[in-house]
Amino acid sequence: MDAVHTISDFQHKIDSDLNIEPKDVMPDKYRTHLIRQMSQHAHSEVIGMQPEGNWITRAPSLRAKQILLAKIQDEGGHGLYLYSATETLGISRDELIQQLHEGKAKYSNIFNYPALTWADIGAIGWLVDGAAIVNQVSLQRTSYGPYARAMFRICKEESFHQRQGYEIMANMMKGTAAQREMAQDAMNRWWWPSLMMFGPHDSDSPHTGDAFQYKIKRKSNDELRQKFIDKTVQQAEVIGLTIPDPSLKWNEEKESYDHGEINWDEFKSVISGNGPCNKQRMDHHIKYHQEGAWVREAVNAYAQRTQRAEAN
Amino acid sequence: MTKQEALYKYVLRLGDHALIQGHRLSEWCSKGPILEEDLALTNLALDNIGRAQALLKYAAELQGLGNTEDDLAYKRGEREFYNSLMSELPTGDFAFTIAKQMLISVFEYFQFTALSHSADETIAGIAAKTLKEVRYHMMHARDWCYRLGKGTEESNRRLQNAINELWMFTGDLFEMNDEDKMLEVLDIAIDLNEIKTQFDTLVQTILRESDIRIPENGYMQTGSKKGIHTEHLGHVLTEMQYLQRAYPDATW
Amino acid sequence: MDTQLDLWEVFIQSKAGSHHVHAGSVHASDEAMALQNARDIYTRRNEGSSLWVVPAKYITASSSADADMLFDPANDKIYRHPTFYIMPEGAKQI
Repeated sequence: MDAVHTISDFQHKIDSDLNIEPKDVMPDKYRTHLIRQMSQHAHSEVIGMQPEGNWITRAPSLRAKQILLAKIQDEGGHGLYLYSATETLGISRDELIQQLHEGKAKYSNIFNYPALTWADIGAIGWLVDGAAIVNQVSLQRTSYGPYARAMFRICKEESFHQRQGYEIMANMMKGTAAQREMAQDAMNRWWWPSLMMFGPHDSDSPHTGDAFQYKIKRKSNDELRQKFIDKTVQQAEVIGLTIPDPSLKWNEEKESYDHGEINWDEFKSVISGNGPCNKQRMDHHIKYHQEGAWVREAVNAYAQRTQRAEAN
Repeated sequence: MTKQEALYKYVLRLGDHALIQGHRLSEWCSKGPILEEDLALTNLALDNIGRAQALLKYAAELQGLGNTEDDLAYKRGEREFYNSLMSELPTGDFAFTIAKQMLISVFEYFQFTALSHSADETIAGIAAKTLKEVRYHMMHARDWCYRLGKGTEESNRRLQNAINELWMFTGDLFEMNDEDKMLEVLDIAIDLNEIKTQFDTLVQTILRESDIRIPENGYMQTGSKKGIHTEHLGHVLTEMQYLQRAYPDATW
Repeated sequence: MDTQLDLWEVFIQSKAGSHHVHAGSVHASDEAMALQNARDIYTRRNEGSSLWVVPAKYITASSSADADMLFDPANDKIYRHPTFYIMPEGAKQI
């Protein structure tokens, strides 16, 4: 069993595909990168509860309501696993939330788009969670042990999420003209933002970065995006949805789909705060965080009081 | 009123209460005071909605018109709902939700304990399953009453205000009508007066242990068993039934 | 000062008779809350039949820098394993 005394031991462990654990010596750059990526991931799960939460009270059947609630609850749980994993790097959840509120930490850009109709709940589950899963599956092999273990648990739990979204879309496509129109409209609005979830093209985000060297990231943005497109096109066809990309076509030679150009100007604009819901999402999080402050204060006071009583 | 009709209304009432209670709890999603409690409140909501589904399904069978549990949940108007008044009150702050949750789960604990011996097998079966869930709800709410009641001055004040405001809605929980009387004789329904004593004792103990004053028994609101509600229920239904009402031909 | 409450570690026994295995963490301010939070978060899919929660501050972990000192010395004590011993041909149930 190798002890990681020094940075060269660290690199040796990385090179041998061994997990790095919390008490191992690690370069500051590794720790910083992990905190940034893992907290962004945690915040995304938590902020991601909002667009779907927008439809809980309007879900059209008791079954749909229970599924949606359970799914959003899972997202909260996943945020929690990821916060805990990030805490092993020596930063508290208080600090992480503060970073989010101060705009120093980000969350996935996709949640800055609104969930306008019930079909959006289908599209979010099918496309947004579908894209997230592609990324998360590859992260099960990430080099940091607590992160990899959180991802493993998350992937296991998420496996129903994409199915519930696809089921909603499939049911609507079998339904009335109004339902089909609603489903296609949701597809049109969520397709491109879903592709943007994988981040910039590899040519603009080089393979050689820290994330690859440290094996935090195991597959490139374009590789993951391609994987998502290739599996999703067929699913859309089966239920009769059209993918809103006229340039999309099968490429025999590379055995995958070519797709049209992604509107990176929109991506940059939304990420820098101009999305339809950036302010709303953050205001919501801050509001309920602040409204919970008296509760947290009360339970701490209660714990101190009961511990004192026990000590006497 | 036939026995069948009385039973339908009785089961409907139990189902409506769980449905509206679950709906209000589900409003907490993404708004909890800490992420862990957000998930806990969602679990409470899921238990309630699951119970509503089972009860409304049984009610639909008893009704015998070929309706489903969703038809009953999504296609009745506010005068045809029989949930307790307390269940439909807006969530309020966290103390209000906890106070409401404590009062309702203590009531349900004794209610379903008794109903688990109902001569109606379906009711007894649902009651036995519900009882496990409700015991947990009661413990969760009780522990939170201790924490808020004995936490800070502010949390004590908020919990006290919540209990004061909710007190006049406790009477409605125990009202009985012709259905109760008809079914009680058949050992299907229960005597809510008997439960009232148990409820009072346990609620008073929990409140005393939480440093909360027990309010005077003043005027009590009434009406849910006749389908007379607060103004809040109409808004709950407007939201809940929106898709079903806007697209009556659609299935989801 | 606002806090996200204390950190607790959660151990789950998946079925009666098996070991309690570390599942993850929760935040909570007291024992009852820690146990209930662990239940609400880690046993949503029938994962458990029993739970332990321990304040994270009471867990002492060995340092990976000491791993060679702590664990390597056991490597050559092969006489602690039954396969080390040579049994006479034909002896049964030993």
